[in-house]
Amino acid sequence: MTEILRAESLRKSYDGFLAVDGISFSVREGELKALIGPNGAGKSTCFNMLTGQLKPTAGEVYLRGARITGRPPREIWRMGVGRTFQITGTYRSMSVIENVQMALISHHRRLFSFGPRAWKLYRGEALEFLRTVSLEDQADRPCSVLAYGDLKRLELAIALCHRPRLLLMDEPTAGMAPSARIELMQLVADIVRDQGLSVLFTEHDMDVVFAHAHHIMVLNRGALIADGSADEVRRDPRVQEVYLGGGTLFKEAGDA
Amino acid sequence: MAFYIALFLTGLANAAALFLVASGLSLIFGVTRIVNFAHGSFYMLGAFIGVTLMQVLPGAVGFWGAIALTGLAVGLIGALVEIVVLRRIYRAPELFQLVATFGVILVIQDLALMIWGAEDRLGPRAPGLRGVWRIFGEPVPKYDIALIAITPVILLALWYLITRTRLGILVRAATQDREMVGALGVNQAWLFTGVFGLGSALAGWGGALQLPKGGADLLMDFNIIGAVFVVVVIGGMGSLPGAFIAAVLISVLNAFGVAFLPQSTLVLMFVVMAAVLIVRPYGLLGREEVAGEHGQVGAPETPIRPYGPRGMALTTLLLALLAALPGFAEPFVLTLVIDIVVFALFAASLHFILGTGGMVSFGHAAFFGGGAYAAALLVFHTETPMELAFLFAPLAAGLLALAIGWFCIRLSGVYFAMLTLAFSQLVWSLAFQWRSVTRGDDGLINIWPADWLNGPLPYYYFTLILGVGGILTLRHIIHSPFGYALRAGRDSPRQAEAMGIDVRRVQLVAFVLAGMMAGLAGGLFVFSKGSVFPTELEIAKSFDALIVVFLGGVKTLAGGVVGASFLTSVEHWLTRLEYWRLLLGLVIIALVILMPEGIVGTLRRLALRLRRSDEEVSR
Ligand SMILES: Nc1ncnc2c1ncn2[C@@H]1O[C@H](COP(=O)(O)OP(=O)(O)OP(=O)(O)O)[C@@H](O)[C@H]1O
Ligand SMILES: [Mg+2]
Repeated sequence: MTEILRAESLRKSYDGFLAVDGISFSVREGELKALIGPNGAGKSTCFNMLTGQLKPTAGEVYLRGARITGRPPREIWRMGVGRTFQITGTYRSMSVIENVQMALISHHRRLFSFGPRAWKLYRGEALEFLRTVSLEDQADRPCSVLAYGDLKRLELAIALCHRPRLLLMDEPTAGMAPSARIELMQLVADIVRDQGLSVLFTEHDMDVVFAHAHHIMVLNRGALIADGSADEVRRDPRVQEVYLGGGTLFKEAGDA
Repeated sequence: MAFYIALFLTGLANAAALFLVASGLSLIFGVTRIVNFAHGSFYMLGAFIGVTLMQVLPGAVGFWGAIALTGLAVGLIGALVEIVVLRRIYRAPELFQLVATFGVILVIQDLALMIWGAEDRLGPRAPGLRGVWRIFGEPVPKYDIALIAITPVILLALWYLITRTRLGILVRAATQDREMVGALGVNQAWLFTGVFGLGSALAGWGGALQLPKGGADLLMDFNIIGAVFVVVVIGGMGSLPGAFIAAVLISVLNAFGVAFLPQSTLVLMFVVMAAVLIVRPYGLLGREEVAGEHGQVGAPETPIRPYGPRGMALTTLLLALLAALPGFAEPFVLTLVIDIVVFALFAASLHFILGTGGMVSFGHAAFFGGGAYAAALLVFHTETPMELAFLFAPLAAGLLALAIGWFCIRLSGVYFAMLTLAFSQLVWSLAFQWRSVTRGDDGLINIWPADWLNGPLPYYYFTLILGVGGILTLRHIIHSPFGYALRAGRDSPRQAEAMGIDVRRVQLVAFVLAGMMAGLAGGLFVFSKGSVFPTELEIAKSFDALIVVFLGGVKTLAGGVVGASFLTSVEHWLTRLEYWRLLLGLVIIALVILMPEGIVGTLRRLALRLRRSDEEVSR
């Protein structure tokens, strides 16, 4: 498997405070990889540097060997990298399907088109994407009335619109019921398998992580302390130290 | 050399009042996040109250005592305004606050007129500081030297207050993190009132201190507000040292400008501002505004749709009625409708960037007046045929919007608003001071339409077709992919960028489009009146449009049109009364507090409620 994304000595400091402290790693094609760590470990900061929302203080990001450090998010998106956020950022004044249509309009490069009615464009295609995440029966509801878990699924549908080769998901199942979490990650795992897409995600629910991730990285206070298979990570003494008392969680997940 | 030093000293002296007013505005903004447009009014009140008190209180003690008392009085008035009006709308979007403070401006203007009359007052000289001192042979008024000595003292006093006292700690905490103050166990409401009072007092002191150099008149409020915004924008919003540096910079520059380039003092100020902002978009000492995760405050919206059959039928009916109007209406009604259509197009263009784009522009008059002036200048100086000159109106306004937008789009929220306002003031000052080209406030006259359009009837249809056409075009664009992209950038800029949308580019195009439409309205305007004056570029004109958009309802598509009809008609009747500003101001304030969704929004909600109770009855 070739690597699709590589980070080299990525660092972000806020007034001297190192949120991410020079970490290096890579994501390979067709891989479902988790980035875990306690609150404030620097996971979101790391994601934001990979997809251009934040400029790294130092270090480089490569996408299929090409340097993309500091490029704006929209360019990185056009290179085939999708992204969902920890705090959802859907368009509140649009209906569910219009949110998807917006992404399709951008993908088909029709943003500066003034003639057609926007909600007539790519409706069928948008419905297909909603169907993948089982939101098709809510297609015409205002986005602002969706349950939080549904918003997360909508975000996933939106992120799939431009057929990304790499998808970064920041806590994709936060705010969902446990059964719905497994379900959603199963869906992501299926997409990864069927389409050969790579996924990097952060997650606090260890059940979800150990049930689906091929590889796991552990971030603690900005430093990468482990990077390997589920088993390797589970046995790593430094990881166990970070997750004091969380060891049981690992075992449960392992038994499952 | 001595002459330059004298000029420099004059500039320093002038900085005193400007700094006082600007620091008050900055302080209020830093803590409450309210851009107090009525700040100039407090300055004016300071001048009038100061004059009155100085007449009553004798001697040097009386003079300085009057100044001190003036600040306290204006501070109290400010606190009252905060309690009665602003306290209810802190959580509302910026536009609400702007409109409310604009209502306050109107009310204070008429109250001042009632109390002090329309005549300008000359300020008394300061006892004991009447003459001049010679500095290197140049005469410098003693009072100027006194002001130069006072300004740093005020800065130090404020600095002490902010950095060394408990109030200051709270103010700083509130400036950095508003939620935190609540956590500190402080009554936030009273902190805000106190700060607003203090800021107003500073403006009042500014007004009183400048009395010996100037006086008091009813135009002071708008005259200073442009300069104050420039100072606050250059210095950085919320930064006192920034306000000080910028006030000195602008005042000294102005003093030299008056001596060497008397025709361009106002322009100079805005050019400096633009130069500073190219290098430092948030001002000299301002910090970058960390935008919230989500674009907008306020209740969530329902998705937009074009009118259904009933709405279409109503619109068609209304248009048919307008088309048939000349058959039975009196001429003055036609003139009124022309005014309404022109204003509605102007307001719709603002509504387009404001409602759909989330860009609260405080300087939209630049494009309306800019278009009007572009056409008028061509006709006036080169006798260009009307048709060609008319085309030039939207074109020139669009180009102007491109230039101004390029600077402004980089900022968002209040910074965007202030910057657009400052640029519109730049355009205004060009029209006002470049007399050889624009004839200043004599205006450009005799700008009539071509023969085939000359006459109430043809021009009525001309306006109707182009005005309605423009409004419908904008509405169409709102529903197009571009309109959706614009709305996406408003709802969540981060998400929009993360799906390939170049938000700034989209916003710039929208800004230019809105500018062109405003220019079109300006073109229609100038040929309907036959003249154009700098008033069409004034802050008040921009505010009119904002109020209209607000009145109609920001989140409704018909908002601009309904609001324009309402305001134009109301003003038409109201301006016959002596104190119409007072009434209008009170109406506006009442609307902000009682009908925050605007006319259309409120009607729609009432209709919904009625329909729902109907259903319950029928069940
Ligand atoms: N703009 C900022 N300025 C200063 N510090 C910041 C900023 N953004 C994040 N931080 C700090 O950087 C650290 C990493 O934050 P980050 O959001 O990346 O953590 P995280 O691993 O995503 O946490 P969570 O699991 O809670 O989402 C935190 O300590 C946070 O306080
Ligand atoms: Mg996070």
